[in-house]
Amino acid sequence: MSYADTNEDVHHGDHDHHGPAPGLMRWVTTTNHKDIGTLYLWFSLIMFFIGGAMALVIRAELWMPGIQIVDPMFFNAMTTMHAIVMIFGVVMPAFVGLANWMIPMMLGAPDMALPRLNNWSFWIMPFAFTIMLSTLFMDSGGPAGGWTLYPPLSLQMGDSFAFVIFAIHFLGISSVMGSINIVATIFNMRAPGMKLMQMPMFVWTWLITAFLLIATIPVFAGAVTMLLTDRFFETSFFSAAGGGDPVMYQHIFWFFGHPEVYILILPAFGIISHIIPTFSRKQLFGYDSMVYATASIAFLSFIVWAHHMFTTGMPLAAELFFMFSTMMISVPTGVKVFNWVATMWRGSMTFETPMLFAIGFVIMFTIGGLSGLMLAITPADIQYHDTYFVVAHFHYVLVPGAIYSIMASVYFWIPKWTGNMYDEKLGKIHFWVSTIFVNVLFFPMHFVGLAGMPRRIPDYSLQFADWNMIASIGAFGFGFSQLMFVYIIIKCVRGGEKATGQVWEGARGLEWTIDSPAPYHTFEDSPIITSDTVTR
Amino acid sequence: MRFGIIRWMLIGLIATVLPSVGLAEWGNVNMPKGVTEISREVHGLHMTIFYICCIIGVLVFGVMFYSIFKHRKSQGVRAAEFHESTTVEILWTVVPLVILIAMAIPAARVLIKMEDFTGSEMSIKVTGYQWRWQYEYLDEGISFYSQLDPEHNAARQKDSDVDLTQFDNYLKEVDKPLVVPVGKKIRFLHTSADVIHSWWVPAFSVKKDANPGFINENWALIEEPGVYRGKCTELCGRDHGFMPVVVHALPQEEYDQWVSEQQDLMAENASQTDRQWTKEELIAQGEKVYGASCLGCHQAEGQGIPGMFPAIAGSQVATGNIETHIETVMLGVPDTPMDGYASKLDDIDLAAVITYQRNAFGNNLGDTVQPYQMKSLRQGLNQSRAVVLDQFDITRGVN
Repeated sequence: MSYADTNEDVHHGDHDHHGPAPGLMRWVTTTNHKDIGTLYLWFSLIMFFIGGAMALVIRAELWMPGIQIVDPMFFNAMTTMHAIVMIFGVVMPAFVGLANWMIPMMLGAPDMALPRLNNWSFWIMPFAFTIMLSTLFMDSGGPAGGWTLYPPLSLQMGDSFAFVIFAIHFLGISSVMGSINIVATIFNMRAPGMKLMQMPMFVWTWLITAFLLIATIPVFAGAVTMLLTDRFFETSFFSAAGGGDPVMYQHIFWFFGHPEVYILILPAFGIISHIIPTFSRKQLFGYDSMVYATASIAFLSFIVWAHHMFTTGMPLAAELFFMFSTMMISVPTGVKVFNWVATMWRGSMTFETPMLFAIGFVIMFTIGGLSGLMLAITPADIQYHDTYFVVAHFHYVLVPGAIYSIMASVYFWIPKWTGNMYDEKLGKIHFWVSTIFVNVLFFPMHFVGLAGMPRRIPDYSLQFADWNMIASIGAFGFGFSQLMFVYIIIKCVRGGEKATGQVWEGARGLEWTIDSPAPYHTFEDSPIITSDTVTR
Repeated sequence: MRFGIIRWMLIGLIATVLPSVGLAEWGNVNMPKGVTEISREVHGLHMTIFYICCIIGVLVFGVMFYSIFKHRKSQGVRAAEFHESTTVEILWTVVPLVILIAMAIPAARVLIKMEDFTGSEMSIKVTGYQWRWQYEYLDEGISFYSQLDPEHNAARQKDSDVDLTQFDNYLKEVDKPLVVPVGKKIRFLHTSADVIHSWWVPAFSVKKDANPGFINENWALIEEPGVYRGKCTELCGRDHGFMPVVVHALPQEEYDQWVSEQQDLMAENASQTDRQWTKEELIAQGEKVYGASCLGCHQAEGQGIPGMFPAIAGSQVATGNIETHIETVMLGVPDTPMDGYASKLDDIDLAAVITYQRNAFGNNLGDTVQPYQMKSLRQGLNQSRAVVLDQFDITRGVN
């Protein structure tokens, strides 16, 4: 007993030196969840501008009919890379970064469960993306067969093929390690007494997302490995001439790909479930049903994959099954939207920037969700499939959906991260400018899609000219207005009005009980959770 | 005062939404109605689900905006305490479910109809190639390729400086359209010779992937004569945006007349293959074929695109041994975008384009190859991809 006491004294004496290591090596060798969270978020922001630049190349070429700027092959490389960068380089890392920062603090844990693994999960990514982006500079050009890499087209790719596959493997390893870490943290590191049904919604949505990732990334890895052996080792998984089937690839890919789209949105649901109650000064409505709805969406996401493939020639029974299961998803998704509205109902609302982005999320995500319901109607989907209507749909759920939730969470938590308030006025301008332009950008795509414009084409018929020009104006407006976001972040990191620990009047949960900025080490002594402690 | 603002905003909202609902009938912002029974039913489903979505949207956003305007801290509202209600949770799970079931029934009915391939009166095999379509009339023995009109093809090249407004249907015109009769249930059989394509004619609500090595079925019963245009909708490589579909639907008598004309042409073509062609004839024909089939990659002056597509001007293949040249054109180059043209061009066009390549762009070799030589070569050609694929044709999705 006395030995333990002495030991503790020595340990306490060390505390003052437990700050970050000096210099650049801090970021290379760090195992601190806050540092790694920061790295993920900066990485994601940089990739956001790289992916955005690619989108602007696309929109510049589509400014008017005819081919003015790039070769069609490079255009295809841009659509492909834009998707890969935005999905694997922006939205996923941003959510993992937020998970790193917030999950230990929300659970009252000192760090992630596996800190060294955490360092690895991050540092694989910059290398993976260096490989991925380097293919654009190869003689054969980057991947140009779409991010879904459908064979046989993807097998026509030049020398960049093997680089793309290996980069995907690296990204997959990074995601799976990150997910294992999150699951281990949530199951083992909760403050004593915190029950699963007391966890904050962001933690719940990430727990479910992490299971989706662990279940599907290996499937994707298998699919691209089969592509690799088809290309280099003369297997014929996807070639009819050798007894294979190109459509089998699509089944395997979308078995990953559909849960993947929920991976991109479930953490967003969690974030919104924090922000709306905070600024409504009212508890989240229907916490239990929110958890069950998230779990139902995750389950259903595994049995709807073939709704991406209604034109591939499936048997009628399969088409009916996937139509019904897809329509079912709108039930739990609807429950979530209704719960958010019910949370706002008779609240005492204020509209700081995070709340504006959260409300923008609910409205525009719902628009994307409703067009998703239209897409579920198989006979109509056969008309919508592979047109700009689909492009409009998934951009509505991903840009004013996932991306808005990330921006909302940055505004929401940046006072906790930096100890400074961001510039509220600029934040509001950023919201309104982005929201106007994002609708100018994506809403006309519904029209051209319904009128018959296929996706992934570098040139189009004159009847689509007006709406495409409007969409391009929106794209440039939205793209350049994101420079404001960077400016606001840098300004906030460098200084500003000091934030309190509580930051927001209506904020609830353990992360608001600690100082702002959050000390380098938090919750080294576990908080005691009693029935009075607000954890969610 | 506040309510006044809300009222004005609502009026503004209605003023903007109503005309756009009216515009739903205007072709440029909505799905066109089409000329088959199926396409009209699909359009009906589309409009129904669209209006359901509009109603849901108005209700949800209405409640939300009411809350946003009324339940503000600045209005002095104090937050209520409630945060759960099993009754409303059940209500807003069950009500959407009922709406979905009501929607699923007509959708399933239309889908079952679309997938009923029985009783078709004629069959056309549609094969996708990078980047053109081949149409084979299985009963009439007619077969031809259909690709982007050469004028459009020239105009769409980068920096062509062609005024696009001179075209009525820019990128939706082909050199040889598919011709079909109205009032007959036509079965389409879709397959591909290289990558996956997708054959789409919006007016028929017909869109089906063309998978290499497999055959997909589809059908249409066109009610009105006319010209119907569509596109390839599955990304199929560099020129995916440039393989339109054009269908001429004719009354039965005119269609029959067209069929007999085609059959005469084919007989004529067969005799042309067997005669001796002059060099000038071959070069003149070859220039046309080059413009349609080679120019996209190898460029107008045969200069290619460095790093992507090799030049033909002064190339080893086009100025070397003629057997190697023929083999390259017919079989393609493995693992490159250069496909074999044995299955894409007929004997006359093959002979003509090879002769043209050997005599144009400064490759003044002076030698020729004759169509009948191509014909005999082709008979010895067992390795072509088309032949391999034919052996492995498997029918998918037969009901």
